[in-house]
Formats: sequence, structure tokens, C-alpha cells
Amino acid sequence: MTTQSTYELPFKVDNAWCPGCGNFGILNTVKKTLAEIDIPQQNVVFSSGIGQAAKLPQYVHANYFNGLHGRALPVATAIKASNPELLVIAEGGDGDMYGEGGNHFLHTIRRNVDIVHLVHNNMIYGLTKGQASPTSQRGMVTPLQINGVSLEPANPLAVALSYGAGFIARVFSGDTKEMQEIISEAVKYKGYALIDIFPPCVSFNKINTYKWFKENTYYVSDDYDNTSFEQALGKAFEKEKLPMGILYKNPDQKKSFTEHLVAYKNNSKALYERTVNTKKLQELVDTI
Amino acid sequence: MKKDITIVLSGEAGQGIKTVEKLFIHSLQEEKLHFFSTSEVMSRVRGGNNTTEIRIGSPVIQSFKESIDVLIVLGKNGTERVQHRLHKDSRIIGEEKNIPESIATSFSTTYVPFKDIANEAGNPVLTNTVILGYVLGMLGLQQKIGKKQLQKTFKEKEEKIITQNIEALKKGYEIGKDAVIKIDLPRTKSTPDKIILNGTQAIGLGAIAGGCNFMAAYPMSPGTGVLEFLAHQAETFGIVVEQAEDEIAAINMVLGSWYAGGRAMTTTSGGGFALMEEGISLSGMTEVPSVTHIGMRPGPATGLPTRTEQGDLMLAVFAGHGEFPKIVLAPGSLDECIHISQKAFDLAATYGVPVIILSDQFLLDSYSLTEKPDFSDTSYKKHITKTTKKFETYKITENGISPRGVPGHGNGFVCVDSDEHDETGRITEDADVRTAMMEKRLKKNKLITQHVIEPTIIGDSNFSTLIISWGSTYGVIAEALENKKIKGLAYAHFSQVFPLPNITKKLTEQAKRIVVIENNASGQFAKLIQMELGIKIHENILQYNGFPFSIEHITSVIDSELSRISKK
Repeated sequence: MTTQSTYELPFKVDNAWCPGCGNFGILNTVKKTLAEIDIPQQNVVFSSGIGQAAKLPQYVHANYFNGLHGRALPVATAIKASNPELLVIAEGGDGDMYGEGGNHFLHTIRRNVDIVHLVHNNMIYGLTKGQASPTSQRGMVTPLQINGVSLEPANPLAVALSYGAGFIARVFSGDTKEMQEIISEAVKYKGYALIDIFPPCVSFNKINTYKWFKENTYYVSDDYDNTSFEQALGKAFEKEKLPMGILYKNPDQKKSFTEHLVAYKNNSKALYERTVNTKKLQELVDTI
Repeated sequence: MKKDITIVLSGEAGQGIKTVEKLFIHSLQEEKLHFFSTSEVMSRVRGGNNTTEIRIGSPVIQSFKESIDVLIVLGKNGTERVQHRLHKDSRIIGEEKNIPESIATSFSTTYVPFKDIANEAGNPVLTNTVILGYVLGMLGLQQKIGKKQLQKTFKEKEEKIITQNIEALKKGYEIGKDAVIKIDLPRTKSTPDKIILNGTQAIGLGAIAGGCNFMAAYPMSPGTGVLEFLAHQAETFGIVVEQAEDEIAAINMVLGSWYAGGRAMTTTSGGGFALMEEGISLSGMTEVPSVTHIGMRPGPATGLPTRTEQGDLMLAVFAGHGEFPKIVLAPGSLDECIHISQKAFDLAATYGVPVIILSDQFLLDSYSLTEKPDFSDTSYKKHITKTTKKFETYKITENGISPRGVPGHGNGFVCVDSDEHDETGRITEDADVRTAMMEKRLKKNKLITQHVIEPTIIGDSNFSTLIISWGSTYGVIAEALENKKIKGLAYAHFSQVFPLPNITKKLTEQAKRIVVIENNASGQFAKLIQMELGIKIHENILQYNGFPFSIEHITSVIDSELSRISKK
């Protein structure tokens, strides 16, 4: 077991988030949860894109690949496929994951890559200063959508369910206990696990505030059957109040992406430990 | 007596020309004959008109020839597109219904009812085998060699299929023998040390030899072949192969894999590469290596999807926003395809930069014989360090290369960032750190240019005229120069096009006249040389109709250069 302090950075960095940002709650809980999971710290890898949320790995003492806007998922997929021993966490905001990276979102679910996918869904663009995100509510006025957002908000949970995601959860950024439990479960889940997190954006989103989330969300009750696809689908479409908790956990666990790869059929070593089999290569040359 | 021959098979997509080609060229290899086989196809699955040209002759042959000696017509549209390539002694062979009368009367035409013969042998699908038999007979080659190929090809099938094929071969052979062509094809001494490959297979083999263990790509002609080649080898060599949802995912997967310690590659064409450019820039910034194969085809946009061009040199050289080192390679032969593809992985791993391999449809799809590569003592340096607690991903070093760590190997953390970053990989906006990091990355250029792949130089070392080319045009120029007195002229073929090898300066300074031959419309390599060295290029020989240069075209270019020299 590692202790919590090990995920704290041993050096100072300048945090780019606004005071009171919902991201702090996520950062603290992620560090706390990782510290309690039995995995070598050196095997934890974050893959993130661009946006205020995607800066989270900067503030964690672990490996990270902070790549391009929208592209955290293909990077995460390849990291996991190149070394299945690693715990890979793809992380970023709603614009990053559901907007710019929308296509990767769909296909990463289809691949069932064994990763944890954390999406900070604050329903607004923060880093670019307040434009609509894919999940912004209709009517929200922004510096760009001056007459209010006219597009239907994206429903990432319904999309994830329909593309076959086996683990779907939603949580509020300030709910440490619930988030900790959900992340731990997601890490244990052998397949793609989506956690849609609500962190209020205190600078730009004046609608979906701390108060709004308190009033417009609820946790599913203990007797909710999260193994039922139909019930989960129903929850995904609830709009009055947004349900939170582990909404779906498919009991028939499918093979994960890496388990399908023939590259690991006769060899369990990570790619970095391998060398080319020159004997077989010469055989190939002889028979080509 | 004639010592070489050009045979063209012309038919519709889906008629099985590729099957005849495969069986025929393997028979030629058995007969110790050298050949070059190149195909041009229409962008459709059925119908249209596709042709495969098979040239047989000396080992010098390695190009497309315009002039056809024997045209074998397999379908209705088989003559129209190629009739201008026939000469007075050309032969046309095919079913009467497929050859328009006007053409049949203008050339020596033999009607052969291939389909009826196939029916006699038991099945109309045997038409291709009848044609194979006919051609072997016509060239005076051995029937038993064709038989051997059929037995090999259909060894998994039931006995009846093999018997019928052998019967069809025999029937075709008997008729072909009656129309035998008097020809003296030169035999090579021995062929066991040679293998038949196309560019796609050669690049795939080279990649495996370079340690490639990860391939992610989105299908796009003509780059798809390398993806499929590696998919077939995935289990044997432990290669992760994934069809990405788009090219953007593909290049980002490549980077994710290298970051985690893989040796990864993607393959595409110009259009797909355009989508990858941000990823190439990311490879430059993060110093995470990448290997990208671009099989060029004519653009802009969708262009001519199944044809050839060298139009994406500038795209590759200037790929990605911002300034960072990169290496662009362009193999010109099968042998170079193998060794450059292999080398690309080493260069990427050594310097932590994007490496781009430029090939094209002509190079990828053409089959020929090449020296059998010896991989028995193949090895490579992984350039991976076991990290310690103090590990810093972007440690500033004298040559700009930081030791490469991979996550999970050692006690340290590997932190890479697309933002400007400090040595720990954390985002920074410190102007001094920015300057230091830019210099660190660009410094790698110095080492890269010290270890370039040198150009191949053929001809007179006391040259005054210098012909320059890059990539797939090597074969046709080398063939055109063979057996010629090339006093005063030299030819430099570049298989590393960026950064330019240092010797380019010396070569171009010696030349009084520089001619650059390239398969594009604006003379991109000539422009690149002018930009880098500030010298004058005297002549651009260009072609951009979707076809490779023909041997006739390049021979006339060489002849006019040689006569220009002799007049002085």
C-alpha cells in the first residue's frame, strides 16, 4: 500500500485553476483514491487533452501524457495496449471529450479499452472563456451564443450506453466519499469505465452553480439495480433531476481491448520489453 | 534476337488479373528470369479497365514501359485505353468479342477462346489458368513450372480443383506453343538469393526488422497494404494492430504507444496525413518518436485514389505547426524500402523526432525480384532508460537528446506535455525556459544531419551535368542510364530528402547544369534544394498525369542531356 502523500507533488507548481473551481475537489479525491488502491505508483498513467480540466495530471505525482485537445482517448488506448500492466486514466473536460474528441469517445467505448475515463462536465468552456460546450443547456447566453444556446445538449451517458459501455457513473465534484467509491469501482472494472463528473465553473457558468447542482441532482438509492441496462437507459434520459452514482455496471463483462489483441497471445510482456524474433523474420522472408 | 518483352494484361476489375500476375511472376522466378510487374487500376471494385504490365528481360529492368509487345485482352474495355501504346509488331491476343475489328485488323491479332477452353477443362473460372498456360507456351517456358505454381497456390483445395487447373494450363499451353515468340530472354545465374516483393511487403518487412510492434492506421489507398501486411504478422511477431477510427486517432495512438515503450507506425496517404499533421507537431513538441508512412497518390483532395504521384514532399517536409526537427525518407527500390523502413524506427528512437517515409502507389504495388534480405543478426538499440526517482523527461543535455523513460520501468515518472514545458514536463510560460527548450529540440538537427542516409550516385565523377531525383523515380532513371556512356553526367538519387545530406552542396556546386526529375507538377524537390542551398536548378522534368515516368520518356531525357554534353 502506498500512502496518500505519495501522489502529492514533491515540488511546487503554479496551479492554473480559479479559486473555488470544482476541479480542486476532483484532484483531491483522485489523489486520495489512488493512494488507497493497491497499485505501484509508477504504473499509474494519466492521458489528458487540452482545457482547464485536462491540466489535472500536472498536479499529481504520477506519469502523464498531456497531449492534444480531444485526443486523450486514442493516446490512452495505445498506452494500455502497449503495456497492459499500467493503470491508465483518461481525463479531461466536456469540450475535450464530448466535443473535439467525440469520435474517439464513441470508438473507445466500442473497443472496450480497460481504462478509467474521467470527464469534468461543467457544461461550459473555461479555458477559452465562457463559450458553450456540448453539454451546455439550451438558452444559456454566452459571449459567443449571444442569443442563447440553440443546440440540444449532448447526452454522453445515453451515447455511452448505446455504444456498449459496461460501466457508467456520475458524481458531483464535491462529494468525496461517493467519488472515491466510484473511482475505486471503475479501476476494478475490467473494461471501459466512464465517470461523468459535475464540477461547477465559478468563473463562467452562472447557471450550473454549486447551488444548482445541489438542487438538480440526486444519488440513486441503494435498491437501484445498476446491472439493468433498461433502468440505466431510463436514468440517462432523466432531465428533471440528474441522477448520480453508479448507474450501470454490466454483470456480463466482455473481453477488454487488450484481451483481444493477438500480440499478447503468445507473449505477455509489455512492448518495451520485447525484441524482434529474427529467426521468424528470416522464415517469413523465405516463405513470402 | 529480342532480349526483352513487355506483356500487358488488360481487363476489368474483378476478373482476376492479379491471380494471373501472381502465378506468372512466380513461374518467371522459377525460370530464373528477371521481371518487373506494375499495375494500374481504376478506383472501383468491378468493371472499368485495369492493366498489369509485366516486363521480362535483364535485371536492369525496373520501370514502366509505354510500348507494349503483347497485349492480352481479358474483357470488353481491354483495348481502348492502351491501343496508343501498341507498335507495328505488337501482338493482340484475346476472345474475338473483346477486340474491336478496327484494332484487330491494324495489328497482328490472334483470337483465342479462353473461356470455351476453360469450359472444356471443366469450369469457366479456369480462364485465368488457360491464359497462364498460353503465355508460358508463347514464351517457350516450361509447362511444369506453371503446374508447380498451381499446386502450390491451390494446395489447400480439393484434388478436383487442382486437376482441373492443370488441365486448363495444359490446354492453354498447347495453343500458346503454336504461337511461340522467338526471343532470347537472359537467365540470371541463380535466384534462390532473390525474392519477389512489392513495395508494400518490403516496407512491412523492414518495419518488423526495425522492431515495429504497434501499428494503428485508417485505411487509405495506397497506404493500406502495409497495415494489412502487419495485421497478418501480428500474432507471429507480437504486433498490436488496430484500425483506428480516423487518421487523427491513428497518429495519436502511435504517440501513445511510443510513450509507453512501443515501436509504433502508422500508414496513410496524403489526405490522411493532412489530418495527422497536428500529431506530427505533437511528436516534435513532446519528443515522443513517431514513424509515419505516406503512400503518395495524386491530390489535391481525393485526387486520383488509385494512381501515383510524388506530390506530397512539401506536405511532409513542412508538416505540423511550429518549428521542430523531423526526418523525411523516400526509398527508391525494394531494397531501400526494406532498409529505410527498418532505419526509420532507429532514427525515431535515437532522436525522439517524427520520421516520415514517403513512397507512392507505383512503388508500393509493383512487384520485382530483390536480394533476399539477411535478418539473422538484426538488432537495434531501444534507447530506453530505467528511470530513477530523480528522472526528468526533458533533461537538458549537450546534444539535445534526453534519456527516454517509459512509464512503469523504474522509479521515476515520465511526464510529457504538448504545452511548452520545463525539464519535469510541467507547463511553463517562462521565457528563458521556452528559449532553452526550443534550442534543446532544434539542436538535434545537428546530429541528424551528421548521420544522414547518403544519396546514391551513379555516373561520371567528373560530371558537369547532374541529374537529381528522389523516391520511386530511381528505377526508371537507373535503367535509362544502364549501358550508356555517361561521360560528363552523374545521377544522384536521394532516399533521405530532409534534412538534405551535406553532400548535396558539394554535388550541386560541381554541377554546371542541374536537372531534377520528379513525378509532380511543381518541382517540389528542386524547390527544396533551392530553398536550402540557394542554387539554381536548370531544368525540371515533371509528370503529373497519375502515371509513373516511362522508360521511353526518361531515356529521351538522358539522351538529350548526353547530346548536350557532347556538343560542348
